Amino acid sequence: MNGGFWSMGGYARFVWPCFGFALAILIWNLWSARRFLAASQVRTARVLMMAAGRRS
Amino acid sequence: MATAAIAIGYGTLAGLVFAPPDYQQGDAFRIVYVHAPAAWLSLFSYTTMALAGAIALIWRIKVGFAVAAATAPIGASFTLLALVTGSLWGRPMWGTYWAWDPRLTSELILLFLYVGVMSLRPAFEDPARGDRAAALLAIVGVVNVPIIHYSVLWWNSLHQGPTVAKLGKPSMDPSMLWPLLSMFLGFMLFYGAVLCIRLRGEVLNRERQAHWVREAV
Repeated sequence: MNGGFWSMGGYARFVWPCFGFALAILIWNLWSARRFLAASQVRTARVLMMAAGRRS
Repeated sequence: MATAAIAIGYGTLAGLVFAPPDYQQGDAFRIVYVHAPAAWLSLFSYTTMALAGAIALIWRIKVGFAVAAATAPIGASFTLLALVTGSLWGRPMWGTYWAWDPRLTSELILLFLYVGVMSLRPAFEDPARGDRAAALLAIVGVVNVPIIHYSVLWWNSLHQGPTVAKLGKPSMDPSMLWPLLSMFLGFMLFYGAVLCIRLRGEVLNRERQAHWVREAV
């Protein structure tokens, strides 16, 4: 990896932010989807526990 | 998800290191490796959302609304990625970050449509009405998808014409094309994996009172 690679032929300030932003979008998608699922599971468990409490 | 990571990893490495610079655009062309798959996914995700909404409205299959709700934020994020990377590509190639070009403008409208669909659903007190309204907007907005795709052919556009999805032979050298195809595959697999995670959450949210959920959890 020499300086030529990192400078991207003079286009480094356009190329690297694109790949950085793409990585951020991929990470955000995965993180937010998992967070959404975890929150749904917690809410569902809470509803089921309340329902079980009412029955007993 | 692992296959998606491998495909994206290979595509990124081969696109940044092994693919030769373009004879006209130099190394700036490497932006295509994130821009084109993101733009393709923005259209694919919207079409999925509209189809799922139509299936839910016509045949009253409830999971269609869940699919439409799950795909909207993913599609919106990839539309934003396509716009930002396109803008960063436009600066060195066209001399400007933004132009009211047919392709750019219709892609921006797509982002607004995603935001509209996501905002419309929770705007109703009755979630079922919100689902129907959002599905209707998604179906109406799908007219924008062919406009985006064919805008470079129908109008004079700064944006370059089709390179990969051409009838006949793509106009890219295989050393540039294979990493791009790998990125397309990786992005599609990633989309599928994230959609499944979101869909599980959507179904749990919508069906938590249902008998089968009590038995399944």
